[in-house]
Amino acid sequence: MTGLRASGLSFAYGAKQALDDVSFDVEAGRFSALLGPNGAGKSTLFGLLTRLFVAPGGTIEIAGHDLARAPRAALAQLGVVFQQSTLDLDLTVRQNLRYSAALHGLWGRKLAARIDAALDQLEMRERAGEKVRTLNGGHRRRTELARALLHDPSVLLLDEPTVGLDAAARAAITDHAHRLAEAGKTILWATHLTDEVQPGDDLIILHRARVLASGTACDIAGDMSLQERFLSMTSTATSTVTSTVTGASA
Amino acid sequence: MKAYVTSLRAIVAREALRFIHQRERFIAALVRPLVWLLVFAAGFRAALGLSIIPPYQTYITYETYIVPGLCGMILLFNGMQSSLSLVYDREMGSMKLLLTSPLPRGWLLFCKLVGSAAISILQVYAFLAIAAAFGITMPGWGYVAVLPALLVAGLMLGALGLVLSSLIKQLENFAGVMNFVIFPMFFLSSALYPLWKMAESSKLLHDICAVNPFTHAVELIRFALYGQFNGPALGWTCLAAAIFTGAALMGYDPARTRIGRKV
Repeated sequence: MTGLRASGLSFAYGAKQALDDVSFDVEAGRFSALLGPNGAGKSTLFGLLTRLFVAPGGTIEIAGHDLARAPRAALAQLGVVFQQSTLDLDLTVRQNLRYSAALHGLWGRKLAARIDAALDQLEMRERAGEKVRTLNGGHRRRTELARALLHDPSVLLLDEPTVGLDAAARAAITDHAHRLAEAGKTILWATHLTDEVQPGDDLIILHRARVLASGTACDIAGDMSLQERFLSMTSTATSTVTSTVTGASA
Repeated sequence: MKAYVTSLRAIVAREALRFIHQRERFIAALVRPLVWLLVFAAGFRAALGLSIIPPYQTYITYETYIVPGLCGMILLFNGMQSSLSLVYDREMGSMKLLLTSPLPRGWLLFCKLVGSAAISILQVYAFLAIAAAFGITMPGWGYVAVLPALLVAGLMLGALGLVLSSLIKQLENFAGVMNFVIFPMFFLSSALYPLWKMAESSKLLHDICAVNPFTHAVELIRFALYGQFNGPALGWTCLAAAIFTGAALMGYDPARTRIGRKV
């Protein structure tokens, strides 16, 4: 089953083409990294996947629901951590989570139990009563991840969620996302840092608005390190180059 | 249905919490109309002679005349403040959380409107209480009858704020809204002077005032404060609310999100 499918997506900001005929599949229960340098079009792609704006052509399916035809069913299956924090700094961690849950129609005692469980998972329970303003970057990110999981989505989108975090916090968040994939969640993790991608992860390389390659990270890397392969591809690629690694398990 | 009620409650509660955290905003919202009432009105009283016009049954002081207009002023400024906070939310990213909810976007924006109107109404009642403490009172029943009028006017002006927030690209551009929307809307209305008085000065200005939806919102409030129903004012205010709401829905429609602007 496909967890997330994008097909033929294009988008432009005026004359600037941000995405050009982008297509990829993320299998259910897989961690898939969307790797691209700054300005590759990752955030625009996230805008389309979350229906903040709509592409003039192409389709997006989230857990089998067409985002254009059944947006409510599709969005209900989606948890999102945006690149820029979307927490209310003047509310406590628990208040932020309650607000987000209410936007998904969750309420009552069950919700309280879900919030506790989500905070426990990310070791944030003891900070539930603290205002977000007082938290460090790592704890804020963990709060956002807990919030994205509250409504038990099957697909989780994370747009450069480790930006601004120290090495330990980055590793903790990355490891947690991998564990979520092992537990059955479909993960799309946008990043420009190759060390966040593990060899067995699925990988989509986005550059200059187009998909340069897709497959497993180790297949794309070949006999080079992923960092070297990524740099060689993105420094030499032209907007017309598109290659797909054949035989990949993606 | 529970999901709709839950989201409404949460969005209104968040607006209320945000308001409570911004005490300066509450004080500023009250000081502005009180300065008009207690300082400007004292000066204008001598300059302006008011004849007996509905809903008033006798000669009234200028302070009494401008109270409904100042209630409208609170709603107008709060609607714009709400719009400003939406632009801020969009710039800071928190708007994304709202817009990626599976609930219909129109409903979520309506919840925002209700939250904003509820905060505005609380401020209006605080203003009316202070005005009463200074001896500027309305008939007792009027304080109850004005509630639905304030709600309709608050929703209309909040919807206008939503439209503006969907059009403004950056927070810095908001200053233009003050000059080109708030001030003209307020001064070209019956808030500070009756329309017949304006007609004496300029027919054109009178006609502009007569089509200004803010004029009708103020008249709706004015009549309601005296326990009277003003059908045409209600009709015009509702019509303006419907148009502004429709425009806001278009402005926030993901398929119509303007190329070149990131949400």
